[in-house]
Amino acid sequence: MAIPTALRFVEPQALAYRRTWRASVVSNFLNPVLYLLAMGAGLGTLVDESADPSGMGISYLAWLGPGLLAAQAMQTGAGESSFPIMAGFKWRKSYVAVMNTPLDATDIFVSTYVWIVVRVLQVSAIYAAVLVAFGVTEPLGAVLGTLTATLTGAAFATPIMAFTSRLEDDTGLSHLFRFGVVPLFLFSGTFFPISQLPELVRPLAYATPLWHGVELSRSVALGMETTFPWWASVGFLVIWAVVGAIFALPQFRRRLVV
Amino acid sequence: MGEPLVEARNLTKRFGTFTAVDSVDFTIERGEVFGFLGPNGAGKSSTMRMIGATSPITEGQLKVFGLDPNADGREIRARLGVVPQEDMLDEELTVTDNLTIYGRYFSLPRSVIKPRVDELLEFAQLTEKRDAKVEALSGGMKRRLTIARALISNPELVILDEPTTGLDPQARHVLWDRLYRLKQRGATLIITTHYMDEAEQLCDRLVVMDGGRIAAEGSPAELIDRHATPEVLEVRLDVDDHAGREADFAGIGSRTEVLADRILLYVEHADEALQEVRAKGIIPAATVKRRAGLEDVFLHLTGRTLVD
Ligand SMILES: Nc1ncnc2c1ncn2[C@@H]1O[C@H](COP(=O)(O)OP(=O)(O)OP(=O)(O)O)[C@@H](O)[C@H]1O
Ligand SMILES: [Mg+2]
Repeated sequence: MAIPTALRFVEPQALAYRRTWRASVVSNFLNPVLYLLAMGAGLGTLVDESADPSGMGISYLAWLGPGLLAAQAMQTGAGESSFPIMAGFKWRKSYVAVMNTPLDATDIFVSTYVWIVVRVLQVSAIYAAVLVAFGVTEPLGAVLGTLTATLTGAAFATPIMAFTSRLEDDTGLSHLFRFGVVPLFLFSGTFFPISQLPELVRPLAYATPLWHGVELSRSVALGMETTFPWWASVGFLVIWAVVGAIFALPQFRRRLVV
Repeated sequence: MGEPLVEARNLTKRFGTFTAVDSVDFTIERGEVFGFLGPNGAGKSSTMRMIGATSPITEGQLKVFGLDPNADGREIRARLGVVPQEDMLDEELTVTDNLTIYGRYFSLPRSVIKPRVDELLEFAQLTEKRDAKVEALSGGMKRRLTIARALISNPELVILDEPTTGLDPQARHVLWDRLYRLKQRGATLIITTHYMDEAEQLCDRLVVMDGGRIAAEGSPAELIDRHATPEVLEVRLDVDDHAGREADFAGIGSRTEVLADRILLYVEHADEALQEVRAKGIIPAATVKRRAGLEDVFLHLTGRTLVD
Protein backbone atom coordinates (compact mmCIF):
# COMPACT_ATOMS: atom_id res chain seq x y z
CA MET A 1 0.00 0.00 0.00
CA ALA A 2 1.69 3.13 -1.21
CA ILE A 3 1.60 6.31 0.83
CA PRO A 4 0.22 9.17 -1.33
CA THR A 5 2.99 11.48 -2.51
CA ALA A 6 1.45 14.37 -0.58
CA LEU A 7 2.17 12.56 2.70
CA ARG A 8 5.50 10.91 1.94
CA PHE A 9 7.50 13.75 3.46
CA VAL A 10 5.81 13.32 6.86
CA GLU A 11 7.68 10.17 7.82
CA PRO A 12 11.20 11.66 7.55
CA GLN A 13 10.14 14.55 9.75
CA ALA A 14 8.81 12.12 12.32
CA LEU A 15 12.06 10.19 12.09
CA ALA A 16 14.07 13.35 12.72
CA TYR A 17 11.81 14.21 15.63
CA ARG A 18 12.36 10.77 17.14
CA ARG A 19 15.94 11.78 17.92
CA THR A 20 14.82 14.44 20.40
CA TRP A 21 11.37 13.31 21.39
CA ARG A 22 12.22 12.69 25.06
CA ALA A 23 13.59 16.16 25.68
CA SER A 24 10.71 17.59 23.71
CA VAL A 25 8.03 15.77 25.70
CA VAL A 26 9.65 16.69 29.02
CA SER A 27 9.67 20.37 28.11
CA ASN A 28 6.12 20.17 26.71
CA PHE A 29 5.10 18.80 30.11
CA LEU A 30 7.16 21.11 32.32
CA ASN A 31 6.08 24.23 30.50
CA PRO A 32 2.39 24.08 31.53
CA VAL A 33 3.27 22.84 35.01
CA LEU A 34 5.56 25.81 35.64
CA TYR A 35 3.19 28.34 34.09
CA LEU A 36 0.21 27.05 36.04
CA LEU A 37 2.15 26.99 39.30
CA ALA A 38 3.63 30.47 38.91
CA MET A 39 0.83 32.36 37.19
CA GLY A 40 -2.18 30.30 38.17
CA ALA A 41 -1.49 29.19 41.71
CA GLY A 42 1.02 31.91 42.66
CA LEU A 43 -0.19 35.10 41.03
CA GLY A 44 -3.72 33.70 41.01
CA THR A 45 -4.10 33.95 44.79
CA LEU A 46 -3.61 37.72 44.53
CA VAL A 47 -6.04 38.00 41.61
CA ASP A 48 -8.69 35.91 43.31
CA GLU A 49 -8.70 38.29 46.29
CA SER A 50 -9.57 41.29 44.18
CA ALA A 51 -11.14 40.25 40.88
CA ASP A 52 -13.04 37.58 39.01
CA PRO A 53 -11.99 37.60 35.32
CA SER A 54 -14.32 34.70 34.53
CA GLY A 55 -17.35 36.43 35.94
CA MET A 56 -18.39 32.94 37.03
CA GLY A 57 -16.68 32.74 40.35
CA ILE A 58 -14.01 30.30 39.23
CA SER A 59 -10.38 30.61 40.25
CA TYR A 60 -7.82 32.54 38.22
CA LEU A 61 -5.88 29.31 37.77
CA ALA A 62 -8.89 27.60 36.19
CA TRP A 63 -9.64 30.63 34.04
CA LEU A 64 -6.04 31.02 32.90
CA GLY A 65 -5.38 27.34 32.11
CA PRO A 66 -7.49 26.95 28.93
CA GLY A 67 -6.28 30.35 27.71
CA LEU A 68 -2.69 29.22 28.08
CA LEU A 69 -3.56 26.00 26.27
CA ALA A 70 -4.61 28.00 23.21
CA ALA A 71 -1.67 30.39 23.51
CA GLN A 72 0.75 27.48 23.73
CA ALA A 73 -0.77 26.01 20.57
CA MET A 74 -0.17 29.31 18.79
CA GLN A 75 3.45 29.35 19.91
CA THR A 76 4.02 25.77 18.85
CA GLY A 77 2.38 26.40 15.49
CA ALA A 78 4.46 29.53 14.99
CA GLY A 79 7.68 27.84 16.07
CA GLU A 80 7.16 24.83 13.82
CA SER A 81 6.22 26.90 10.79
CA SER A 82 9.14 29.31 10.97
CA PHE A 83 12.66 28.07 11.69
CA PRO A 84 12.17 24.52 10.37
CA ILE A 85 10.77 25.95 7.11
CA MET A 86 13.78 28.24 6.78
CA ALA A 87 16.01 25.21 7.31
CA GLY A 88 14.17 23.26 4.62
CA PHE A 89 14.65 25.99 2.04
CA LYS A 90 17.97 27.38 3.04
CA TRP A 91 19.96 25.92 5.88
CA ARG A 92 19.69 22.18 5.41
CA LYS A 93 17.95 22.41 2.05
CA SER A 94 16.02 19.26 2.73
CA TYR A 95 13.16 20.56 0.55
CA VAL A 96 15.55 21.17 -2.32
CA ALA A 97 16.92 17.64 -1.97
CA VAL A 98 13.43 16.14 -1.93
CA MET A 99 12.56 17.93 -5.18
CA ASN A 100 14.81 15.37 -6.90
CA THR A 101 12.41 12.58 -5.97
CA PRO A 102 8.90 11.89 -7.31
CA LEU A 103 7.57 14.43 -4.79
CA ASP A 104 6.84 18.00 -5.83
CA ALA A 105 6.53 21.37 -4.09
CA THR A 106 2.86 20.82 -3.25
CA ASP A 107 3.67 17.47 -1.64
CA ILE A 108 6.38 19.10 0.45
CA PHE A 109 3.98 21.83 1.53
CA VAL A 110 1.18 19.43 2.46
CA SER A 111 3.48 17.04 4.34
CA THR A 112 5.15 19.88 6.19
CA TYR A 113 1.80 21.28 7.24
CA VAL A 114 0.49 17.89 8.31
CA TRP A 115 3.55 17.40 10.50
CA ILE A 116 3.13 20.86 12.07
CA VAL A 117 -0.47 20.03 12.93
CA VAL A 118 0.61 16.70 14.42
CA ARG A 119 3.16 18.51 16.59
CA VAL A 120 0.60 21.09 17.77
CA LEU A 121 -1.81 18.28 18.55
CA GLN A 122 0.83 16.47 20.57
CA VAL A 123 1.87 19.54 22.57
CA SER A 124 -1.77 20.51 23.16
CA ALA A 125 -2.70 17.02 24.35
CA ILE A 126 0.07 17.10 26.95
CA TYR A 127 -1.01 20.59 28.01
CA ALA A 128 -4.64 19.51 28.32
CA ALA A 129 -3.63 16.47 30.38
CA VAL A 130 -1.79 18.77 32.78
CA LEU A 131 -4.93 20.91 33.03
CA VAL A 132 -6.86 17.83 34.10
CA ALA A 133 -4.18 17.04 36.69
CA PHE A 134 -4.53 20.57 38.08
CA GLY A 135 -8.27 20.04 38.32
CA VAL A 136 -8.95 22.82 35.83
CA THR A 137 -11.15 20.73 33.56
CA GLU A 138 -12.69 17.30 33.08
CA PRO A 139 -11.21 14.77 30.60
CA LEU A 140 -13.91 15.56 28.03
CA GLY A 141 -13.08 19.25 28.25
CA ALA A 142 -9.42 18.35 27.80
CA VAL A 143 -10.10 16.34 24.66
CA LEU A 144 -12.21 19.11 23.13
CA GLY A 145 -9.67 21.69 24.29
CA THR A 146 -6.92 19.75 22.55
CA LEU A 147 -8.94 19.95 19.33
CA THR A 148 -9.68 23.68 19.54
CA ALA A 149 -6.06 24.38 20.49
CA THR A 150 -4.84 22.34 17.53
CA LEU A 151 -7.13 24.33 15.27
CA THR A 152 -5.66 27.51 16.74
CA GLY A 153 -2.11 26.38 16.03
CA ALA A 154 -3.13 25.24 12.56
CA ALA A 155 -4.63 28.67 11.85
CA PHE A 156 -1.32 30.34 12.67
CA ALA A 157 0.86 27.87 10.82
CA THR A 158 -0.13 28.58 7.20
CA PRO A 159 0.23 32.39 7.30
CA ILE A 160 3.56 32.01 9.05
CA MET A 161 4.66 29.44 6.47
CA ALA A 162 3.74 31.98 3.80
CA PHE A 163 5.72 34.65 5.63
CA THR A 164 8.76 32.45 6.25
CA SER A 165 8.93 31.15 2.69
CA ARG A 166 9.51 34.71 1.47
CA LEU A 167 12.49 35.32 3.74
CA GLU A 168 16.14 35.08 2.79
CA ASP A 169 17.41 35.00 6.37
CA ASP A 170 16.04 34.73 9.88
CA THR A 171 15.98 38.40 10.91
CA GLY A 172 12.39 38.49 9.67
CA LEU A 173 11.62 35.62 12.02
CA SER A 174 12.87 37.41 15.11
CA HIS A 175 10.67 40.35 14.13
CA LEU A 176 7.74 38.00 13.68
CA PHE A 177 8.10 36.70 17.22
CA ARG A 178 8.96 40.03 18.83
CA PHE A 179 6.22 42.08 17.16
CA GLY A 180 3.69 39.37 16.36
CA VAL A 181 3.65 36.28 18.50
CA VAL A 182 4.68 37.78 21.84
CA PRO A 183 2.19 40.69 21.79
CA LEU A 184 -0.58 38.28 20.79
CA PHE A 185 0.40 35.98 23.63
CA LEU A 186 0.13 38.88 26.09
CA PHE A 187 -2.91 40.77 24.80
CA SER A 188 -5.31 38.22 23.33
CA GLY A 189 -7.30 37.56 26.48
CA THR A 190 -5.02 34.85 27.79
CA PHE A 191 -3.95 36.58 31.01
CA PHE A 192 -6.75 39.14 31.37
CA PRO A 193 -10.06 39.64 29.59
CA ILE A 194 -9.85 41.94 26.59
CA SER A 195 -12.57 44.04 28.19
CA GLN A 196 -9.64 45.50 30.10
CA LEU A 197 -8.14 46.75 26.83
CA PRO A 198 -8.91 50.29 25.67
CA GLU A 199 -12.10 50.30 23.62
CA LEU A 200 -10.18 51.38 20.51
CA VAL A 201 -7.90 48.37 20.29
CA ARG A 202 -10.48 45.77 21.24
CA PRO A 203 -11.59 45.10 17.65
CA LEU A 204 -7.95 44.31 16.96
CA ALA A 205 -8.17 41.40 19.39
CA TYR A 206 -11.33 40.15 17.67
CA ALA A 207 -9.37 40.01 14.42
CA THR A 208 -6.60 37.84 15.80
CA PRO A 209 -6.92 34.08 15.68
CA LEU A 210 -5.57 33.66 19.19
CA TRP A 211 -8.43 35.47 20.88
CA HIS A 212 -10.92 33.17 19.12
CA GLY A 213 -8.83 30.17 20.08
CA VAL A 214 -8.83 31.30 23.71
CA GLU A 215 -12.61 31.80 23.64
CA LEU A 216 -13.18 28.34 22.21
CA SER A 217 -10.79 26.80 24.68
CA ARG A 218 -12.56 28.35 27.69
CA SER A 219 -15.89 27.41 26.24
CA VAL A 220 -15.11 23.71 25.91
CA ALA A 221 -13.01 23.42 29.07
CA LEU A 222 -15.05 25.57 31.46
CA GLY A 223 -18.42 25.88 29.76
CA MET A 224 -18.03 29.66 29.49
CA GLU A 225 -20.26 31.67 27.18
CA THR A 226 -18.48 32.78 23.99
CA THR A 227 -18.77 36.33 22.67
CA PHE A 228 -19.59 35.06 19.20
CA PRO A 229 -21.25 31.70 18.40
CA TRP A 230 -18.71 28.89 18.58
CA TRP A 231 -19.08 28.05 14.92
CA ALA A 232 -18.19 31.63 13.97
CA SER A 233 -14.90 31.38 15.86
CA VAL A 234 -14.17 27.96 14.37
CA GLY A 235 -14.98 29.30 10.93
CA PHE A 236 -12.76 32.30 11.52
CA LEU A 237 -9.81 30.06 12.41
CA VAL A 238 -10.44 27.84 9.39
CA ILE A 239 -10.45 30.93 7.18
CA TRP A 240 -7.06 31.98 8.55
CA ALA A 241 -5.67 28.53 7.82
CA VAL A 242 -7.09 28.44 4.30
CA VAL A 243 -6.08 31.98 3.36
CA GLY A 244 -2.60 31.31 4.76
CA ALA A 245 -2.33 28.20 2.59
CA ILE A 246 -3.50 30.14 -0.47
CA PHE A 247 -0.53 32.44 0.02
CA ALA A 248 1.98 29.85 1.20
CA LEU A 249 1.59 27.19 -1.46
CA PRO A 250 2.49 29.33 -4.52
CA GLN A 251 5.38 30.72 -2.48
CA PHE A 252 6.69 27.19 -1.90
CA ARG A 253 6.41 26.49 -5.62
CA ARG A 254 8.12 29.72 -6.59
CA ARG A 255 10.96 28.97 -4.23
CA LEU A 256 11.47 25.32 -5.15
CA VAL A 257 10.76 25.35 -8.88
CA VAL A 258 13.40 27.60 -10.49
CA MET B 1 22.51 4.67 -32.69
CA GLY B 2 21.24 3.20 -29.45
CA GLU B 3 18.01 4.04 -27.71
CA PRO B 4 17.97 7.76 -26.86
CA LEU B 5 17.20 8.44 -23.18
CA VAL B 6 17.60 12.21 -23.29
CA GLU B 7 17.05 14.40 -26.32
CA ALA B 8 17.49 18.15 -26.23
CA ARG B 9 16.81 20.52 -29.13
CA ASN B 10 17.43 24.25 -28.78
CA LEU B 11 17.18 23.72 -25.05
CA THR B 12 17.25 27.10 -23.32
CA LYS B 13 17.11 28.24 -19.71
CA ARG B 14 16.76 31.86 -18.74
CA PHE B 15 16.73 33.36 -15.25
CA GLY B 16 14.97 36.67 -15.80
CA THR B 17 16.82 38.19 -18.72
CA PHE B 18 19.99 36.19 -18.11
CA THR B 19 20.47 33.20 -20.41
CA ALA B 20 22.16 30.38 -18.50
CA VAL B 21 21.68 27.70 -21.16
CA ASP B 22 21.57 29.00 -24.69
CA SER B 23 19.89 26.78 -27.26
CA VAL B 24 21.84 23.56 -26.84
CA ASP B 25 21.34 20.26 -28.67
CA PHE B 26 22.43 16.84 -27.48
CA THR B 27 21.28 13.23 -27.39
CA ILE B 28 22.21 10.79 -24.66
CA GLU B 29 21.86 7.09 -25.35
CA ARG B 30 21.14 4.20 -23.05
CA GLY B 31 24.23 2.64 -21.54
CA GLU B 32 26.69 5.44 -22.16
CA VAL B 33 28.51 7.79 -19.85
CA PHE B 34 27.86 11.26 -21.15
CA GLY B 35 29.82 14.24 -19.85
CA PHE B 36 29.27 17.97 -19.63
CA LEU B 37 32.64 19.64 -19.31
CA GLY B 38 32.89 23.33 -18.63
CA PRO B 39 34.08 26.09 -16.32
CA ASN B 40 32.09 27.71 -13.48
CA GLY B 41 28.90 29.27 -14.74
CA ALA B 42 28.92 27.36 -18.03
CA GLY B 43 25.35 26.20 -17.45
CA LYS B 44 26.08 22.58 -16.51
CA SER B 45 23.95 22.46 -13.37
CA SER B 46 21.12 24.37 -15.05
CA THR B 47 21.10 21.75 -17.79
CA MET B 48 21.19 18.89 -15.26
CA ARG B 49 18.28 20.35 -13.35
CA MET B 50 16.22 20.60 -16.51
CA ILE B 51 16.99 16.98 -17.37
CA GLY B 52 16.19 16.08 -13.77
CA ALA B 53 12.73 17.64 -14.19
CA THR B 54 13.20 20.02 -11.27
CA SER B 55 13.76 23.16 -13.33
CA PRO B 56 11.22 24.07 -16.03
CA ILE B 57 12.70 24.63 -19.48
CA THR B 58 12.34 28.13 -20.86
CA GLU B 59 12.47 27.29 -24.56
CA GLY B 60 13.18 24.44 -26.95
CA GLN B 61 12.41 20.76 -26.55
CA LEU B 62 13.55 18.25 -24.01
CA LYS B 63 12.55 14.61 -23.79
CA VAL B 64 13.70 12.34 -20.98
CA PHE B 65 12.70 8.68 -21.42
CA GLY B 66 10.56 10.09 -24.23
CA LEU B 67 8.58 12.11 -21.69
CA ASP B 68 8.15 15.85 -21.34
CA PRO B 69 9.73 17.12 -18.07
CA ASN B 70 7.30 20.03 -17.78
CA ALA B 71 4.29 17.69 -17.94
CA ASP B 72 5.55 14.34 -16.61
CA GLY B 73 8.12 15.48 -14.06
CA ARG B 74 6.99 13.09 -11.37
CA GLU B 75 7.24 10.08 -13.63
CA ILE B 76 10.67 11.10 -14.90
CA ARG B 77 12.00 11.74 -11.40
CA ALA B 78 10.74 8.33 -10.28
CA ARG B 79 13.09 6.73 -12.82
CA LEU B 80 16.10 8.97 -12.19
CA GLY B 81 18.88 9.01 -9.64
CA VAL B 82 20.22 12.48 -8.96
CA VAL B 83 23.46 13.46 -7.29
CA PRO B 84 23.12 17.22 -6.92
CA GLN B 85 26.12 19.53 -6.81
CA GLU B 86 25.44 20.10 -3.10
CA ASP B 87 24.98 16.95 -1.01
CA MET B 88 21.96 18.21 0.97
CA LEU B 89 22.01 15.16 3.22
CA ASP B 90 20.14 15.02 6.51
CA GLU B 91 23.15 15.83 8.67
CA GLU B 92 21.54 14.91 11.96
CA LEU B 93 20.34 11.51 10.87
CA THR B 94 22.42 8.39 10.46
CA VAL B 95 23.84 7.13 7.21
CA THR B 96 21.30 4.29 7.13
CA ASP B 97 18.38 6.59 7.91
CA ASN B 98 19.35 8.88 5.06
CA LEU B 99 19.21 5.99 2.61
CA THR B 100 16.01 4.55 4.06
CA ILE B 101 14.16 7.86 4.03
CA TYR B 102 15.15 8.50 0.45
CA GLY B 103 13.84 5.10 -0.54
CA ARG B 104 10.53 5.94 1.09
CA TYR B 105 10.13 8.96 -1.19
CA PHE B 106 10.12 6.47 -4.04
CA SER B 107 7.46 4.47 -2.24
CA LEU B 108 9.72 1.44 -1.82
CA PRO B 109 8.56 -0.95 0.89
CA ARG B 110 10.92 -1.38 3.83
CA SER B 111 11.45 -5.01 2.88
CA VAL B 112 12.96 -3.84 -0.41
CA ILE B 113 14.89 -0.94 1.07
CA LYS B 114 16.64 -2.93 3.78
CA PRO B 115 18.72 -5.30 1.63
CA ARG B 116 19.36 -2.52 -0.86
CA VAL B 117 20.75 -0.27 1.88
CA ASP B 118 23.18 -3.01 2.89
CA GLU B 119 24.25 -3.45 -0.69
CA LEU B 120 24.69 0.29 -1.28
CA LEU B 121 26.62 0.75 1.95
CA GLU B 122 28.99 -1.91 0.69
CA PHE B 123 29.15 -0.26 -2.72
CA ALA B 124 29.90 3.15 -1.20
CA GLN B 125 32.34 1.65 1.33
CA LEU B 126 30.33 3.03 4.22
CA THR B 127 29.34 -0.19 5.96
CA GLU B 128 31.37 0.65 9.06
CA LYS B 129 29.73 4.08 9.19
CA ARG B 130 26.18 2.84 8.84
CA ASP B 131 25.08 4.06 12.28
CA ALA B 132 27.17 7.23 12.29
CA LYS B 133 25.50 10.59 11.94
CA VAL B 134 26.17 12.23 8.60
CA GLU B 135 27.71 15.30 10.23
CA ALA B 136 30.55 13.06 11.44
CA LEU B 137 31.51 11.95 7.92
CA SER B 138 34.34 13.31 5.79
CA GLY B 139 33.60 15.18 2.57
CA GLY B 140 34.43 12.13 0.45
CA MET B 141 32.21 9.88 2.55
CA LYS B 142 29.32 12.32 2.27
CA ARG B 143 29.75 12.41 -1.48
CA ARG B 144 29.72 8.62 -1.66
CA LEU B 145 26.61 8.59 0.52
CA THR B 146 24.93 11.09 -1.81
CA ILE B 147 25.71 8.77 -4.71
CA ALA B 148 24.40 5.75 -2.79
CA ARG B 149 21.25 7.71 -1.96
CA ALA B 150 20.67 8.42 -5.64
CA LEU B 151 20.89 4.69 -6.37
CA ILE B 152 18.34 3.51 -3.81
CA SER B 153 15.57 3.33 -6.40
CA ASN B 154 17.68 1.38 -8.91
CA PRO B 155 17.46 4.19 -11.47
CA GLU B 156 17.99 3.62 -15.18
CA LEU B 157 19.62 7.00 -15.55
CA VAL B 158 21.90 8.64 -13.00
CA ILE B 159 22.73 12.35 -13.11
CA LEU B 160 25.90 13.29 -11.26
CA ASP B 161 26.62 17.01 -10.93
CA GLU B 162 30.33 17.36 -10.15
CA PRO B 163 30.59 14.08 -8.26
CA THR B 164 34.20 14.59 -7.18
CA THR B 165 34.66 18.34 -6.77
CA GLY B 166 36.40 19.20 -3.55
CA LEU B 167 37.73 15.69 -2.93
CA ASP B 168 41.36 14.72 -2.60
CA PRO B 169 42.92 12.68 -5.44
CA GLN B 170 42.58 9.39 -3.62
CA ALA B 171 38.90 9.92 -2.84
CA ARG B 172 38.33 10.89 -6.46
CA HIS B 173 39.87 7.65 -7.69
CA VAL B 174 37.67 5.63 -5.34
CA LEU B 175 34.65 7.42 -6.77
CA TRP B 176 35.73 6.89 -10.35
CA ASP B 177 36.02 3.21 -9.64
CA ARG B 178 32.47 3.16 -8.22
CA LEU B 179 31.11 5.05 -11.21
CA TYR B 180 32.87 2.68 -13.55
CA ARG B 181 31.18 -0.24 -11.80
CA LEU B 182 27.83 1.46 -12.18
CA LYS B 183 28.39 1.71 -15.89
CA GLN B 184 29.38 -1.97 -15.99
CA ARG B 185 26.02 -2.78 -14.48
CA GLY B 186 24.34 -1.10 -17.41
CA ALA B 187 23.34 2.25 -15.91
CA THR B 188 23.38 5.34 -18.08
CA LEU B 189 25.34 8.14 -16.46
CA ILE B 190 25.37 11.87 -17.06
CA ILE B 191 28.32 13.55 -15.39
CA THR B 192 29.29 17.20 -15.17
CA THR B 193 32.81 18.10 -14.27
CA HIS B 194 35.46 20.71 -14.66
CA TYR B 195 38.18 18.12 -14.31
CA MET B 196 39.69 17.15 -17.64
CA ASP B 197 41.13 13.88 -16.39
CA GLU B 198 37.77 12.89 -14.99
CA ALA B 199 36.06 13.50 -18.31
CA GLU B 200 38.78 11.62 -20.16
CA GLN B 201 38.64 8.68 -17.77
CA LEU B 202 34.90 8.27 -17.45
CA CYS B 203 33.07 9.63 -20.45
CA ASP B 204 32.23 7.78 -23.63
CA ARG B 205 31.07 11.03 -25.12
CA LEU B 206 31.02 14.56 -23.87
CA VAL B 207 30.13 18.11 -24.75
CA VAL B 208 32.31 21.07 -23.92
CA MET B 209 30.11 23.83 -22.52
CA ASP B 210 31.04 27.46 -22.19
CA GLY B 211 28.85 30.48 -21.57
CA GLY B 212 25.65 28.46 -21.88
CA ARG B 213 26.57 27.05 -25.28
CA ILE B 214 28.04 23.80 -26.51
CA ALA B 215 31.43 24.46 -28.05
CA ALA B 216 32.15 20.90 -29.22
CA GLU B 217 30.90 17.35 -28.95
CA GLY B 218 32.48 13.93 -29.33
CA SER B 219 34.43 11.21 -27.57
CA PRO B 220 37.51 12.41 -25.66
CA ALA B 221 39.77 10.89 -28.34
CA GLU B 222 37.79 12.47 -31.19
CA LEU B 223 37.85 15.87 -29.56
CA ILE B 224 41.59 15.72 -28.97
CA ASP B 225 42.11 14.51 -32.48
CA ARG B 226 39.96 17.27 -33.93
CA HIS B 227 41.12 20.20 -31.85
CA ALA B 228 44.68 19.42 -30.86
CA THR B 229 47.86 17.71 -32.10
CA PRO B 230 49.13 14.43 -30.66
CA GLU B 231 51.76 16.08 -28.49
CA VAL B 232 52.35 19.36 -26.72
CA LEU B 233 55.60 21.04 -25.80
CA GLU B 234 55.24 23.50 -22.95
CA VAL B 235 58.00 26.08 -22.78
CA ARG B 236 58.66 28.42 -19.90
CA LEU B 237 60.98 31.31 -20.58
CA ASP B 238 62.97 33.35 -18.14
CA VAL B 239 60.62 36.35 -18.47
CA ASP B 240 57.84 37.85 -16.32
CA ASP B 241 55.21 37.83 -19.02
CA HIS B 242 55.09 35.46 -21.95
CA ALA B 243 52.72 37.63 -23.99
CA GLY B 244 54.09 38.50 -27.41
CA ARG B 245 56.86 35.89 -27.29
CA GLU B 246 55.07 33.41 -29.53
CA ALA B 247 56.70 35.04 -32.59
CA ASP B 248 60.00 33.53 -31.43
CA PHE B 249 58.57 30.08 -32.10
CA ALA B 250 57.26 30.73 -35.61
CA GLY B 251 57.37 27.65 -37.81
CA ILE B 252 57.39 25.14 -35.00
CA GLY B 253 54.29 22.96 -34.82
CA SER B 254 50.85 23.74 -36.15
CA ARG B 255 49.68 26.15 -33.48
CA THR B 256 50.83 28.02 -30.37
CA GLU B 257 48.93 29.19 -27.30
CA VAL B 258 50.35 31.79 -24.96
CA LEU B 259 49.53 31.63 -21.28
CA ALA B 260 50.81 34.05 -18.68
CA ASP B 261 53.48 31.68 -17.42
CA ARG B 262 54.27 29.50 -20.46
CA ILE B 263 53.86 28.92 -24.16
CA LEU B 264 52.22 25.79 -25.55
CA LEU B 265 53.44 24.43 -28.87
CA TYR B 266 51.09 22.01 -30.62
CA VAL B 267 53.26 19.53 -32.45
CA GLU B 268 53.49 16.00 -33.84
CA HIS B 269 56.56 15.09 -31.82
CA ALA B 270 57.55 17.05 -28.76
CA ASP B 271 61.18 15.79 -28.87
CA GLU B 272 61.75 17.09 -32.36
CA ALA B 273 60.05 20.35 -31.51
CA LEU B 274 62.35 20.89 -28.55
CA GLN B 275 65.37 20.44 -30.85
CA GLU B 276 63.89 23.04 -33.21
CA VAL B 277 63.43 25.43 -30.29
CA ARG B 278 67.07 24.99 -29.24
CA ALA B 279 68.15 25.37 -32.87
CA LYS B 280 66.56 28.84 -32.85
CA GLY B 281 68.91 29.74 -30.02
CA ILE B 282 66.11 29.95 -27.44
CA ILE B 283 67.11 28.73 -23.99
CA PRO B 284 63.94 27.76 -22.07
CA ALA B 285 63.91 27.99 -18.29
CA ALA B 286 61.85 24.81 -18.24
CA THR B 287 60.04 22.52 -20.66
CA VAL B 288 57.36 19.85 -20.39
CA LYS B 289 56.66 17.27 -23.08
CA ARG B 290 53.23 15.66 -22.92
CA ARG B 291 50.39 14.15 -24.88
CA ALA B 292 47.54 16.47 -25.78
CA GLY B 293 44.40 16.27 -23.62
CA LEU B 294 41.00 17.80 -23.19
CA GLU B 295 42.61 20.80 -21.49
CA ASP B 296 44.11 21.66 -24.87
CA VAL B 297 40.77 21.15 -26.59
CA PHE B 298 39.16 23.55 -24.18
CA LEU B 299 41.94 26.09 -24.57
CA HIS B 300 41.63 25.89 -28.33
CA LEU B 301 37.85 26.25 -28.31
CA THR B 302 37.54 29.04 -25.78
CA GLY B 303 40.95 30.66 -25.62
CA ARG B 304 40.95 30.11 -21.86
CA THR B 305 42.33 27.52 -19.51
CA LEU B 306 39.91 25.51 -17.46
CA VAL B 307 41.44 25.80 -14.03
CA ASP B 308 40.39 23.26 -11.44
N1 LIG C 1 18.43 30.27 -9.72
C1 LIG C 1 19.21 31.08 -10.45
N2 LIG C 1 18.88 32.39 -10.59
C2 LIG C 1 19.64 33.22 -11.33
N3 LIG C 1 20.76 32.84 -11.97
C3 LIG C 1 21.13 31.56 -11.88
C4 LIG C 1 20.38 30.61 -11.12
N4 LIG C 1 21.00 29.41 -11.21
C5 LIG C 1 22.08 29.61 -11.99
N5 LIG C 1 22.17 30.89 -12.41
C6 LIG C 1 23.21 31.47 -13.28
O1 LIG C 1 23.27 30.69 -14.45
C7 LIG C 1 24.62 30.52 -14.86
C8 LIG C 1 24.91 29.05 -15.02
O2 LIG C 1 24.86 28.45 -13.72
P1 LIG C 1 25.08 26.91 -13.51
O3 LIG C 1 24.93 26.65 -12.07
O4 LIG C 1 24.23 26.15 -14.45
O5 LIG C 1 26.59 26.76 -13.95
P2 LIG C 1 27.58 25.52 -13.77
O6 LIG C 1 28.14 25.23 -15.11
O7 LIG C 1 26.91 24.43 -13.07
O8 LIG C 1 28.72 26.17 -12.87
P3 LIG C 1 29.58 25.52 -11.67
O9 LIG C 1 30.73 24.80 -12.30
O10 LIG C 1 30.03 26.72 -10.92
O11 LIG C 1 28.67 24.65 -10.88
C9 LIG C 1 25.48 31.20 -13.81
O12 LIG C 1 25.86 32.46 -14.30
C10 LIG C 1 24.57 31.35 -12.63
O13 LIG C 1 24.87 32.51 -11.90
MG1 LIG D 1 27.17 23.52 -11.31
